[in-house]
Amino acid sequence: MDAELFLKNEERAVFRLRELYRRHGYLPYKMSKFEEYDLYVRNKSFLVSDHILTFTDVDGKLMALKPDVTLSILKNCPGGPGLQKVYYHENVYRTSPASHGYREIMQAGLECIGTLDDYAVGEVVMLAARSLETISGQYLLDLSHLGVVAGILAAAALTEEERQAALTAMGQKNAPALRQLCREGRLPEDAARQLEQLANLYGPPAEVLPLLEQMDLPAASAQALAELKALCALLGQYGLGDRLRLDFSIVNDMNYYSGIIFRGYLPGLASGVLAGGRYDNLLRKMGREGGAIGFAVYLDQLERYNTPPRGCDVDVLLLYDDSRTAGDVAAAANALLAAGRTVRAEREIPGGLQYREVRDMRKEAR
Amino acid sequence: MTVLNIALPKGRLGEKVYRIFKSVGYDCPAIEEENRKLVFENPEKGIRYFWVKPSDVAIYVERGAADIGVAGKDILLEYAPDVYELADLGIGRCRMCVAGKKDFRDDLDTTLRVATKFPRIARTYYSSLSRDIDIIKLNGSIEIAPLLGLSDVIVDIVETGRTLLENGLELKEEIVPISARLVANKVSYKFKNDAIRQLVEAVERCQPEEA
Repeated sequence: MDAELFLKNEERAVFRLRELYRRHGYLPYKMSKFEEYDLYVRNKSFLVSDHILTFTDVDGKLMALKPDVTLSILKNCPGGPGLQKVYYHENVYRTSPASHGYREIMQAGLECIGTLDDYAVGEVVMLAARSLETISGQYLLDLSHLGVVAGILAAAALTEEERQAALTAMGQKNAPALRQLCREGRLPEDAARQLEQLANLYGPPAEVLPLLEQMDLPAASAQALAELKALCALLGQYGLGDRLRLDFSIVNDMNYYSGIIFRGYLPGLASGVLAGGRYDNLLRKMGREGGAIGFAVYLDQLERYNTPPRGCDVDVLLLYDDSRTAGDVAAAANALLAAGRTVRAEREIPGGLQYREVRDMRKEAR
Repeated sequence: MTVLNIALPKGRLGEKVYRIFKSVGYDCPAIEEENRKLVFENPEKGIRYFWVKPSDVAIYVERGAADIGVAGKDILLEYAPDVYELADLGIGRCRMCVAGKKDFRDDLDTTLRVATKFPRIARTYYSSLSRDIDIIKLNGSIEIAPLLGLSDVIVDIVETGRTLLENGLELKEEIVPISARLVANKVSYKFKNDAIRQLVEAVERCQPEEA
């Protein structure tokens, strides 16, 4: 019997992801469930939600249940020659606007820290795509480079408030809002037009890249675009081209993130299952040189992914009574197990249990 | 063929929205029959409509039960769902406003008591003015709050201003213009991209029936 049949979606995914990451030379990284609260206060806007579960440790120190893994890895991974390539599988604790209250979220992911080059970045994005592939061949990986939008915003010389308004509208693909900002004089016409074009673009690189090249982008944006194009070419070499989509509405806090950024989706799940990107700025904030890129797979999302409706809990319900010795019952159960069936031995029929058939040793006794 | 699930807000606005969709080729004859059904399908066009409470449209779309939906900007500002806001339909136009009794003068020395159905919008607006407020969340008949001394002002939707006038209230400040928006689930936008984009383009080409 295939042992994998008994695994839940998320458990099966974890096995395959571990194997995938190990094969590419990433090392496991195990960390404590707790971290000093101070770490998160200093980098609060890096976190997905700003609520943190805290408690006081025996020595009076304020501690937190990890809301995030990346910060802990950055803090605890010493620098050194070469790259640090690590993967993890951890639970984090955070709130989401849709769920009122804290939730335990199972994450797996990896980080690559050090002097990054095109290969290292490409490898991480490739592993993100392969991670999704282990779950479903129908996945989509959205890819963007923050520098493209940032270049347009920088050239427009906006106030912080105007910049935020433009970024929010980008994140919602909200073309009417961009036009509105332009009418109100809070966004120059050129920038508004280009952002609107970018917001509306969505498609495979082969389709979208030529359109981007026709746009008269500022120098900084064009440079980011060249980087994105090179990455797409490398990913094409891995054979991943047709599951990739370029989407410039992915915006993230630019105080932490820079450069390549990506999101993964599976059909039938209402929100993303993978998020990642390059976060050199966070590294710098933590006083370290070099670059960093990583991603997380939200395994808790898989709980409802293509799960067949619950069928029978057990193949055979084995009923016995005092007329049978423990040895009789064991022998009967073993025979069934050897025939590849699942067995539950009981004295009475338990409530709520779904079984395919009953083998009543009580009747046989009489 | 992909089927697009469309959440429409129950009521007058939703009916208007359906007429727009119908006029650009997304008709569904079943919806026009008088009955108590909630879900209507036109398999030929690959669409399925359903009526939900207007304030719930954003939730259906955010959670992916609907691929797209139409919701007032007021609902989107209040609940801030994680969705794409693809088009302004230009109908259901009104304004989110601050209103108070005619003789009310804001005393900047005291905390302002604000009655509203939209606590987030009120809080965001007043914090942008750095004004300390006390929010009183009500679920209806907001206009009565200042009359009975429950609050100093209200933050509410104003369409024509008649209700305000009849209750001896006047418009004090305008916060933001409101209209119906077409929203899409972020994941549906990716997997049903062609179908959603076609619909958005068709709807955008169509002139709204009221300015």
